Amino acid sequence: MKPPKFSYLRPNSLQEALDMLAEYGDDAKIMSGGQSLIPLLNMRLSTPGYIIDIGRVEELKGIREEEDVIVIGGMTRHVDVEKSALVREKCPLLTEGITWVGHNQIRSRGTIGGSIAHADPSAELPCMLTALRGEIVIMSREEEITVSPEEFFLSYLLTSLEPNQLIKEIRFPKIKKGSGYAFEEVARRHGDFALVEVAAVVELEADGTIADAKIALGGANSVPFIPEAVEGFLIGKMPDDSILKEAATLQLGDLDPEGDIHGSKEYRRYLSGVLLERALYKAIARAREGVFV
Amino acid sequence: MSYCNVKIKINGEVIEKEVESRWLLSDFLRDKLGLTGTHVGCEHGVCGACTVLLNGEPVRSCLMLAVQADGLEVETVESLAEEDGTFHPIQQAFANNHALQCGFCTPGFLMSVKNFMETHPDLPTDDEIREAISGNLCRCTGYSNIIKAVKEAYVLKC
Repeated sequence: MKPPKFSYLRPNSLQEALDMLAEYGDDAKIMSGGQSLIPLLNMRLSTPGYIIDIGRVEELKGIREEEDVIVIGGMTRHVDVEKSALVREKCPLLTEGITWVGHNQIRSRGTIGGSIAHADPSAELPCMLTALRGEIVIMSREEEITVSPEEFFLSYLLTSLEPNQLIKEIRFPKIKKGSGYAFEEVARRHGDFALVEVAAVVELEADGTIADAKIALGGANSVPFIPEAVEGFLIGKMPDDSILKEAATLQLGDLDPEGDIHGSKEYRRYLSGVLLERALYKAIARAREGVFV
Repeated sequence: MSYCNVKIKINGEVIEKEVESRWLLSDFLRDKLGLTGTHVGCEHGVCGACTVLLNGEPVRSCLMLAVQADGLEVETVESLAEEDGTFHPIQQAFANNHALQCGFCTPGFLMSVKNFMETHPDLPTDDEIREAISGNLCRCTGYSNIIKAVKEAYVLKC
């Protein structure tokens, strides 16, 4: 369980990192926090010729506010997002969900861009980003492009990232007035990978009917799953117990979770409905109270 | 480059050495510096036995390359006791409360708890302690005595 031989490159600027990617991309892996990559190296599941450690690229770190979004640099650590007062105020779903990421020893090294790029279908960040309908800003030496989570996440651990590209930053929409949010997860033990997780943001009209619902499920599909029929069904409804129960079971047939030793396919599908209902309840209650944290 | 020169402050002492880029920080500490207090359990970030402090924050030294610590500060379990062997209050509290049996996981617990106490100066609840040590596995004692020890450490340090 030791990493194979590789050449270690440590760029000090974004430009330098992009130049290295342009030169070595096909045989290189970007290392940000290393919390997923190093286990892959230790187990020899990944044997790149070059590791490009972007840990010292300051341009990729930090959290800033734009008009409607919170922009988080790819190299920003989980712990920095977890403790950010700006995130807590403007994008509280992230604050709630991020405490489910591993343990504090993991969150003190792991990064937002790393989690998105690794694209584990049961990871929290891809699920929350999809629910929020955020965007991923990707850079290569030649260009900068912005893609949606649906364009980015292709399958288990597979994304649209090309060998010469890296994640520059991620754009998370701010929570709107009259909205509530919730993150629900069941894992075998806290810090383990989710069996199923649900992120939801619900916006209410002044009369209490649902103006908008944005939902994503993780762990229940090869990529974060948007239950479009559920979202469509909820809009315009006055939420009550029976409506939420009906909504939560609407789209379970479309889900295709993998069963494994931790939970069968059937159990994960069942859990998806339970957690979806809980998340909707909590998000709506928060929207009603105007309580964001 | 397969080999790099690093300068790392380890337990207060600046160490300059050539390291192979693929060396894990945990192996570097144990095999190259003889700091065998840091234990290696699972080597993929699950057990927490190899927890050390990097610039004061807990990290898994098996999920880091030694070269990534270049220019940074590392604290291992060897930094806790006084030179004459007097235990650190956390170590004393673990000993007093039978919070270890085989002791394999203990260095990781001690380092996690050290950071927790520094970042949570007021006496925590049981739930907060459970959350703080959730990244460390113990297969001998169960966790009740460890929680008791953490509480006593808060008393001893005063």
